Amino acid sequence: MTAAALPYAAPLPRRNRQRFIESVAGVGFAFPAFLLLLLTNVVPLLVLLYLSFTDFKLGALESHFLGLDNFRKALADPVFRRSLANTFVYVAIVLPGSVGLGLLIAVLLHKRRRTRSIYEVIYFLPVTSTLIAMATVWQFILHPRLGPVNGVLRAMGFDAIPFLSEPAYVLPTLAAIGIWQLVGFNMVLFLAGLSAIPRDLYEAAEIDGCRSGVDRFLTITWPLLGPTTMFVIVTTSITAFKVFDTVAVMTRGGPMGSSEVLLYAIYLEGYQYFHMGYAAALTLIFLAFVLLFSILQTFVLERRVHY
Amino acid sequence: MASVALQSIGKSFGGVPVLSDINLDIADGEFLTLVGASGCGKSTLIRIIAGLEPQSAGSVLIDGVPVDHLRPHERHVAMVFQSYALYPHMKVFANIALPLVMSRLRLFERLPVLRLLSARRRSVMAGIADEVHAVARQLQIEALLERRPSQLSGGQRQRVALGRAMVRQPAAFLMDEPLSNLDAKLRVHMRSELAELHARIGTTFIYVTHDQVEAMTMSDRVAMMDNGVILQLGRPGDLYARPANVKVAQFIGTPAINLLPAKASASGLVELFGRELPVRAGGAPGAALTIGIRPEALTPAPAGSARAGMHALVGRLRRSENLGAGQILHVDLVAPASGTVICSIANGPETLPIESGELALLFAPASCHVFDAEGQRIADDSAPVTPSPEPRTRALT
Repeated sequence: MTAAALPYAAPLPRRNRQRFIESVAGVGFAFPAFLLLLLTNVVPLLVLLYLSFTDFKLGALESHFLGLDNFRKALADPVFRRSLANTFVYVAIVLPGSVGLGLLIAVLLHKRRRTRSIYEVIYFLPVTSTLIAMATVWQFILHPRLGPVNGVLRAMGFDAIPFLSEPAYVLPTLAAIGIWQLVGFNMVLFLAGLSAIPRDLYEAAEIDGCRSGVDRFLTITWPLLGPTTMFVIVTTSITAFKVFDTVAVMTRGGPMGSSEVLLYAIYLEGYQYFHMGYAAALTLIFLAFVLLFSILQTFVLERRVHY
Repeated sequence: MASVALQSIGKSFGGVPVLSDINLDIADGEFLTLVGASGCGKSTLIRIIAGLEPQSAGSVLIDGVPVDHLRPHERHVAMVFQSYALYPHMKVFANIALPLVMSRLRLFERLPVLRLLSARRRSVMAGIADEVHAVARQLQIEALLERRPSQLSGGQRQRVALGRAMVRQPAAFLMDEPLSNLDAKLRVHMRSELAELHARIGTTFIYVTHDQVEAMTMSDRVAMMDNGVILQLGRPGDLYARPANVKVAQFIGTPAINLLPAKASASGLVELFGRELPVRAGGAPGAALTIGIRPEALTPAPAGSARAGMHALVGRLRRSENLGAGQILHVDLVAPASGTVICSIANGPETLPIESGELALLFAPASCHVFDAEGQRIADDSAPVTPSPEPRTRALT
């Protein structure tokens, strides 16, 4: 408190002291959150990284350091390569399907006043439902003999379609279910984006000669939804990359590996064959892909949607 | 360029009437201002003219032709919004060009890839670019054409919005409070620029504002609206000198007009605080009246002084505000009068030093505006009761 008595003669020591106290307090406040972040996000990733360099098996007492062997093995592994290709096909169907449909439904619902909330709830239901449970329902619906879809097809004189047992159909079928589940979420995001567009702009556009809904959409709606669309595309592609539950419940990667996807392959390696080290390497590859994809999209789209 | 006529326009929102029986003839090239407090229906009216809002009754005519069934862009009017409503994702050039692009290119010629199929697109776009540059030159925003609206200041956005309106050479400009988002200084500047723009291009302007100064300074005629009806339509000077309604008198002029309670005397004259003024009351004896005296029509004088033909209100100075060029005096009237009046005087060499204490406020009876209990002006066209040398309108001191 001597410094306080001489505030003008000796301001420096006091200021330094205060700064020291402030920085100690700041670190003290930030530390618990930082520790939590470390424990929940960073350490598991480091453990994963370490595991991917070993031949650790679940329950094994010792493991050996393998270096990059796991990665080399993965790139040569036909099962892994097939599951990678399948995942890309799945994403390639789900991404445009759920984003496009979500946008379409949002635009259609946006102008409705009384019925909007009803439709919102209906479209959002698949998001809230547990996909594992719903997958069982889908399995019944699509069943070759008992399912209503094939019943209708047969009644109309077509042959029954083995949706889940024919290799050529199984990925599109799973993708359709994926779209069904994601559309509601994307719709809600697009609806939020639509409400943020000022009404003035539509009125100005109308005076400036935007005649039809197509004109309005192309001149105002689509460009101004840019930031929303970017967010939707990134989150949708990450979700699509992580497809697992429908595969695990409905097809188990079959028939003949035609629906094997990345996460399912990782699950098999880690929890069925207990190859934890190899599974960790696959997980890292999976993470790398998701990261790369997201960064790419962000960089390409960011430049176009910001104004 | 065109005339605009409104015939018995009515509008109600869900059973609540907001406009009733609006009749208005706006001449070709006229600058007409709709002025009124917020909620008076002025913005709804301009939106009906633009075609953004359908009217519940009546008809809008542009150049004598009903346009009620036409979409906004088919009416060939341009609108400037309060928020400017610039397209944030387009550069200034594209913002201004949009009305021309929309009217001159077909849908497929505006689409990303398909437009390559159009042979004439390039020449049409070149023509549009010339017109955009010409408008930008007029508004001195040529240097801004490659910027986005978010990179512009308020005044620059205002000009871009004007440019987008001008580029189509519309039949009429509709402006919905275009200056209210600007700061005070810029507003004064843009006010004169808009008036000059109107003088230069000579197109019909229909201008909505809640600011009576804008209405008074720019317009050829002003329509003062309240509660969905036009209270008075006339030249700005008329609204000031002969307000048809007490609401008009209150709205037009700063500082606001002084309103004093009065009644009709037995001899048919106005009785103000127990004294008769030589002004015809025009109502039954004892009827309640409101007298309006503009702050500019009051002349402060030492207490007890009198001047021929002038009447006096006696009061005590409560507060004076010096504006540099003039002063605004707040005077509490003393019994038998009551209330506070505002008096505005110019600061000149002959201005009395205003001190606190009692003073007389002199006014010519002819400068009084007399309103009946409903707020309607009582006609003062009849012969003056006593020959008065004072001008009928306001006594400029």
